Amino acid sequence: MFSRTVFQATRQAARRPSPFLTPFSLAPSSVSQRRLLSDVVRQAIDKAVSSAPVVLFMKGTPETPQCGFSRASIQVLGLQGVNPEKFAAYNVLEDQELRNGIKEYSDWPTIPQLYVDKEFVGGCDIIVSMHQSGELAKMLEEKGVVVKEEGSNESKPE
Amino acid sequence: MASLTPVEDVIREKITAALQPTTLEIHNDSHLHAHHQAMQGVTSKETHFRVIIASEAFQSKMQPARHRLVYSLLKDELAQEGGIHALQLRTMTPEEDAKRRAREAEVE
Repeated sequence: MFSRTVFQATRQAARRPSPFLTPFSLAPSSVSQRRLLSDVVRQAIDKAVSSAPVVLFMKGTPETPQCGFSRASIQVLGLQGVNPEKFAAYNVLEDQELRNGIKEYSDWPTIPQLYVDKEFVGGCDIIVSMHQSGELAKMLEEKGVVVKEEGSNESKPE
Repeated sequence: MASLTPVEDVIREKITAALQPTTLEIHNDSHLHAHHQAMQGVTSKETHFRVIIASEAFQSKMQPARHRLVYSLLKDELAQEGGIHALQLRTMTPEEDAKRRAREAEVE
């Protein structure tokens, strides 16, 4: 039953234009947590991961992050000038299935998690270090997900 | 006598045994996060760690693979209720570590 809500929520979200959609509905918390990722949840996460070129699974929303590491990651993506139209954020605190499922899906035990073009990039430490080294700017530029501003300074690694 | 830092001890033991690190710094930042909502009802003083590791084991591995290697060592501690809540990692090869030290020395 809960699986249907996950599906429906994801499908609805695909129609929503907001870049900061949080498509996972609140699932009943009675469901046992630490079990193998079900096909339904895996498919829902598949959809989430491919819902935009840049996808961040985080605690809270981009406007009000609920964790310092999620906040830092959002700030970096903002500094990088990621195009909001090519970005989606998912609040794992809204859905216990997503919160547990994404850890297994990515084989990564912590939140936030960044995906670019459906590929797992890393967590907060990796995002920040790639930001500092200039790797992140290079990758986002290559993927064409950055807002281009007239006369803007070129981003420099240092 | 029971250790006052059982979690930190486990982190040190497991990383040392598996990775034979040339650098291993374990910082307990839990006090900085004790007021967080997620920490309500958690009595452990060992929830947030920042770990800096240099090891040959990271050679020719990308950052996500390096982090996964460390996560896998601490799988149980991360999964435990009231266990490690946040784990910041800096994972380097010994060469990268040497470069970092040279860079930091330059700044000073």
